[in-house]
Amino acid sequence: MSAVPEPEEGAQKAFDAGEAIFHHIGDSQMLELPFVGEVHLPTLHFGRVALPVTKHVVMMWVACAIIVLLLSLATRRRTVVPKGMQNAMEMIIVFVRDELARRNIPHQGDRFVSYLLSTFVFILICNLLGLVPYGATPTGNIGVTAGLAGVAFLVIQAAGIREHGLVGHFKNLVPHGIPWPLVPIMVIVEFIGMLTKPFALCVRLFANMTGGHVVILSLIMLIFILKTAWVGVVLTVPFALFISGIEILVAFLQAYIFTMLTSLFIGMSVHPQH
Amino acid sequence: MEMGNSLAHLSAGIGAGLAVIGGAAGIGRLAAAAMEGSARQPQVLGDIRTTMIIAAALIEGVTLFAEVVCVLLAVKA
Repeated sequence: MSAVPEPEEGAQKAFDAGEAIFHHIGDSQMLELPFVGEVHLPTLHFGRVALPVTKHVVMMWVACAIIVLLLSLATRRRTVVPKGMQNAMEMIIVFVRDELARRNIPHQGDRFVSYLLSTFVFILICNLLGLVPYGATPTGNIGVTAGLAGVAFLVIQAAGIREHGLVGHFKNLVPHGIPWPLVPIMVIVEFIGMLTKPFALCVRLFANMTGGHVVILSLIMLIFILKTAWVGVVLTVPFALFISGIEILVAFLQAYIFTMLTSLFIGMSVHPQH
Repeated sequence: MEMGNSLAHLSAGIGAGLAVIGGAAGIGRLAAAAMEGSARQPQVLGDIRTTMIIAAALIEGVTLFAEVVCVLLAVKA
């Protein structure tokens, strides 16, 4: 995939914007550190299974470390009336518990608070890591979002099966009280819907995270393609700044949407409406 | 035909534009309805704002499906 035609022999290799963008967006085993430069990441071997440690994997570890750090700061001196970091953490926890778990999952909301809270905070910090220098967005990797959506799928099915039994959960797919000629169509539609809902979660998060970064990087590549500094001053810096601000909003919004839809689907499978 | 690559790039561009038309038209109507509703009844402004953001994110999810297909076409070469 090249944005410019091939140069003649001996000339300097022409600037390939597409490859440069893909290098920043995609995953690789080279990690850039601030003062050290580029570091090649190892590949872990467990018997015959090879797990390459990549940039996005390291960023996910960084997100987990940030979560552990924030929570350890919040619980150092626990008081009944929270203040400081404990207050900030409790705001997030109460938000997820009241607005997401208890509102969408009747009667059993408290059981799912830990899963929904983990999902929300992890996705949020992963999204925000892409906006700092030397950071990459793990949720901009379709594998990571597929894993998150896969776990959401398992939790939705497990919640429904635990509540209604294996057969009862699948019987609940089709609403009660619809005329019997429609039942085969409803079975097919609802079954496909059961599979496409987590798939939509996956693709929505991935596309939102990757798309924003592609726009910012394209604006920056414009400077290199046009080879003038004026386009940087007039076009790139203001627009990229504006879109970076929108990216912060999108990071919060996509984390909230993922968690809200997961809690909605859990509520629908635990307590199907008629 | 050697035109395969150019056709793929062209279709990716046209597809991305069409997807944006659909998504923006839908979300525009949604925002208009939200404004009208909150103008009629200012006390439900908070609820309307939350619902509007949720619906906008869902519609944008569908738009981004089309964009992902366009990117797949564009990198086909």
